[in-house]
Amino acid sequence: MGVDVRDISGLIYRGIREVKGSILVLDPIPNVLYDEVVRVRAPDGIDRLGRVLEVSKDYIIVQVFGEESGLQTDTVIKFTGSTFEIPVSDDVLGRMFNGRFEPIDGMGPIASRDKRDINGEPINPKARIHPNNFIQTGISAIDGMLSLVRGQKLPIFSESGLPHNRVAAQIARQATVLGEEEEFALVFAAMGLKNDEARFFIDSFKLSGAIERSVVILNLADDPAIERLVTPRIALTIAEYLAFELGYHVLAILTDMTNYCEALREVSAAREEIPGRGGYPGYMYSDLATIYERAGIVRGKPGSLTQMPILTMPAGDKRHPIPDLTGYITEGQIILSRDLDSRGIYPPINVLPSLSRLMRSGIGPDKTRDDHKDVADQLYDAYSRGLKARDLARIVGEMGLSDRERLFLKFADVFERKFVNQGEYENRSIDETLDLAWEVLSILPPEELVRVKEETLEKYYYKAKHPEA
Amino acid sequence: MREGEVIRIAGTLVVGTGIPDITIGEVVEVGSEGLIGEVIRIIEDTFAVQVYEPTSGLKPGDPIKGTGKRLVAELGPGLLENIFDGVGRPLEDLIKASGPFIKRGIKAYTLPRDKKWEFKPTVKEGEYVSGGDIIGEVQETVNTVHKIMVPPDVSGKLLEIAEGEYTVTDVIAKIETEEGIIKELTMMQEWPVRVARPIAPDGRLSLDTPLITGQRVIDVFFPVAKGGAAAIPGGFGTGKTITLHQLAKWSDADIVVYIGCGERGNEMAEVLTDFPELKDPRTGRPLMERTVLIANTSNMPVSAREASVYIGITIAEYYRDMGYDVSLMADSTSRWAEAIREISGRLGEMPVERGFPAYLPDKIAEFYERAGRVKALGKPERVGSVTIVGAVSPPGGDFNEPVTIHTLRFTGVFWALDPDLAYSRHFPAINWLKSYSLYANQILGGFVGSFSMYRQELFNWWKSVQSDFNVYRDKAMEILTTAAEVESIARIIGEKSLPDDQRLLLLTSELLKEGFLRQNAFDEVDTFSEPEKSALLLKLIIDFHHMVEKVIKKRIPIDRVIDLPVVAKIKRVKFDPRRVEAILEVAQEAREELLKLAEEYRVEVEI
Ligand SMILES: Nc1ncnc2c1ncn2[C@@H]1O[C@H](COP(=O)(O)OP(=O)(O)O)[C@@H](O)[C@H]1O
Ligand SMILES: [Mg+2]
Repeated sequence: MGVDVRDISGLIYRGIREVKGSILVLDPIPNVLYDEVVRVRAPDGIDRLGRVLEVSKDYIIVQVFGEESGLQTDTVIKFTGSTFEIPVSDDVLGRMFNGRFEPIDGMGPIASRDKRDINGEPINPKARIHPNNFIQTGISAIDGMLSLVRGQKLPIFSESGLPHNRVAAQIARQATVLGEEEEFALVFAAMGLKNDEARFFIDSFKLSGAIERSVVILNLADDPAIERLVTPRIALTIAEYLAFELGYHVLAILTDMTNYCEALREVSAAREEIPGRGGYPGYMYSDLATIYERAGIVRGKPGSLTQMPILTMPAGDKRHPIPDLTGYITEGQIILSRDLDSRGIYPPINVLPSLSRLMRSGIGPDKTRDDHKDVADQLYDAYSRGLKARDLARIVGEMGLSDRERLFLKFADVFERKFVNQGEYENRSIDETLDLAWEVLSILPPEELVRVKEETLEKYYYKAKHPEA
Repeated sequence: MREGEVIRIAGTLVVGTGIPDITIGEVVEVGSEGLIGEVIRIIEDTFAVQVYEPTSGLKPGDPIKGTGKRLVAELGPGLLENIFDGVGRPLEDLIKASGPFIKRGIKAYTLPRDKKWEFKPTVKEGEYVSGGDIIGEVQETVNTVHKIMVPPDVSGKLLEIAEGEYTVTDVIAKIETEEGIIKELTMMQEWPVRVARPIAPDGRLSLDTPLITGQRVIDVFFPVAKGGAAAIPGGFGTGKTITLHQLAKWSDADIVVYIGCGERGNEMAEVLTDFPELKDPRTGRPLMERTVLIANTSNMPVSAREASVYIGITIAEYYRDMGYDVSLMADSTSRWAEAIREISGRLGEMPVERGFPAYLPDKIAEFYERAGRVKALGKPERVGSVTIVGAVSPPGGDFNEPVTIHTLRFTGVFWALDPDLAYSRHFPAINWLKSYSLYANQILGGFVGSFSMYRQELFNWWKSVQSDFNVYRDKAMEILTTAAEVESIARIIGEKSLPDDQRLLLLTSELLKEGFLRQNAFDEVDTFSEPEKSALLLKLIIDFHHMVEKVIKKRIPIDRVIDLPVVAKIKRVKFDPRRVEAILEVAQEAREELLKLAEEYRVEVEI
């Protein structure tokens, strides 16, 4: 009767007092460590991983990461005596794992004595090197106005139905650091992704040849939700190893962080914690920070870790706790817009609420081009004026606009169609992007371009305005 | 040593038992690694500890040792130019101990123990000294003299005083107290961080001097007083951090304490990269020399985030006590409040609003109360100040939430950040209609008084325009306010249909926004706007407004004015490296162009 445990070595315990969703409450057991990993076997015979969330002289609380249906009070538990660790080695490149780091590509597990706690350790702020290497993604809206640098964490805020996967795949395909041959190693972590979405990424990596230097970790929509709490941490542990031990420049794509946060909320509810905004726990900020802050460049270590998390904003609302807390931690955000998408603009990046906080250190005379800062500033200004004119035109009609407003309106249209809009396989160099920006800006008279220095105007504006001269 | 044991571990909260005489606020060492924690509650024979390091691997039965000490800051030479974590450990020492990733259980002193400082006594043996008295000096950095003070609770006859090179733990003076006890003094003293340092009796002074920040919208419209407190709330990306960085860089404080509380690691790295390169406009010395940094980034333990704010304010008070003007920036106080909330939640306390405990307003009040301009304790008489600027990160950018609301109750300045301004890259995105400064009236005279500070040769000229400054300021605010109303009408009927005097308001408000309020922190020239530049720019635009007013009264169409080349120049002149000279030149051009226009229409205007 009960659970068959003949194949498990060491001490096992059967003392479950209560099962609350994925949370187990146990009678006290000596020598159980806070944060220790446990193996949980329910009567269904399936093994799950778990972790000690709280331990006291009166009870122990265990969080189970696997399938929660099937958990019963006659579940047995084995305490491992260590925190959640995974083996690391360069054999991970080209491999595919599930969300618990078990191989799903038919090859054996990673064998290595070198083990790392998946929670990692905080990078000492003084040991960070402030990132400043421009990454050319070939996408004008990003390179021109939201420049990404190596070691940055820059998320995509999207909505369901928008092409965030295509944008992320395009970035993964095209990202290069100017003047360097070396390509990025990719760490791809899926949390609750649909099968076809995951397929799309893998196919895209295969097509571009990136699969050889990729690690794919998949927790799919039909995989246990709670497992999503460990999936990004496993991915980042690998990414850190590749970056800071082996010297790779790593791009980590984490998608969809919304599913991660929902798993976090589920656990919090099961623990009957005081819910915060939207039911998400009050510590979600700190929890997300332990994921997002695992990006950067570290003094005395080769390589770099750049993060591109993707999240879908519930109800398209940027103020929803998930995008909100993310934006408070990450170094900017790329926001996709349904409006642009429905007008056929790809990538549908709404540049105004988007931001790259590290842009200014990655661009300029010896990095991209001397006019880059001014151009970006001017595009923001002109486009926001253009959108205001567009709003006004909806009320008073285009004829009711002043000449100046009409000009800005035209600018906004051309900016969206020519500058933002581009092909999914179109890879524009930064020079092409900036030249295109001038072409679009030349719609406006020079006296409207007050965010551009006069010398810069002299150097680029007139050439763009009269290309034949 | 008093030793008890752990009975419960839940995250950073550990409950222990077995030390009957434990006190609230006592520092304890938990587990075999001696993780540092602080007792925050005592419930019958158990006590709750917030541990400042990750607690993985602890188990019930592990030892807890009482240290008998409260959480203190080590105060003495060696704080400046340094960066510490939330409990005062130098980050460089942590790197030496565990490499670029922070491992737990590392012990490190705040002040270097091996470094020798040249101590020069300023009192003589036999003198009677008491708490706060300055007994000697150390040149801490090129421009900062570190005053060595008698700890606040010590007094007596000076038996011996040293001179020469000493470390912070060497005895530099001996004092015989009234009870006949001999006390040995070192250059270092300790102070419990949660207690405000004492000042002279009745030592709180009124606030009458502005903190000059070099940021126009702040200095001219919403100034903060030295010794005052300001709050800067805003959603992500609206410019809290950059504004705080700008203040840390350019404000005319003697000492800057910058606390990165629960924010990004790369932002601290940026400060560490920039500050040593940047020069203080007043002294020409690297900014880092007057700066103390505290970094407890978002991924570092939450409980240490709570402590970091107190370490920072204690250091600020200590330099204030030497007679310095100190400004303290805390980015972000919301993360500190959230740390309080998280710990309270783990204690199972009853939340009152949005999960925050009922004592949140008290904690916020206590913190901002530690700002002030004071007469320091002890001889010789000296005045110092601590100005606090706190960033607030409201969820969803909505100011209607406990931390913002309570912060505004205890601060005198509100810089309201506006996402719409930020989206159009109008920075600083401080909304000029929603912000306020309760100090403005009493300190603006000081702003005018500081004109000569940077440029002696302009002094006399300034004296002549000083009296007009408030008039200009009020006029500008009036124009901005009315223009906002006109704009909302224009949004319905279109600008074209407005009469010319209203279109002038829009033009001037555009000039004010573009040419004055907007100030790019990353522009080499405009990042710092000295008081006379700010005042002259304002004068340029307001004078222009008055001139155009006269011009359009003579029925010259405003469109002709808008097309004048000088309009773009007014917007751009802030970038001119010739600074005030360039502004004076543009003012001249503005007048000439308007006169020429009048001539063309054959009308006479007096401008
Ligand atoms: N005064 C300023 N000048 C120029 N750019 C600014 C200024 N203030 C903010 N910014 C821009 O806005 C971005 C976000 O500002 P930041 O202070 O980091 O916002 P917050 O701390 O409120 O999230 C910066 O990365 C920078 O690009
Ligand atoms: Mg910030």
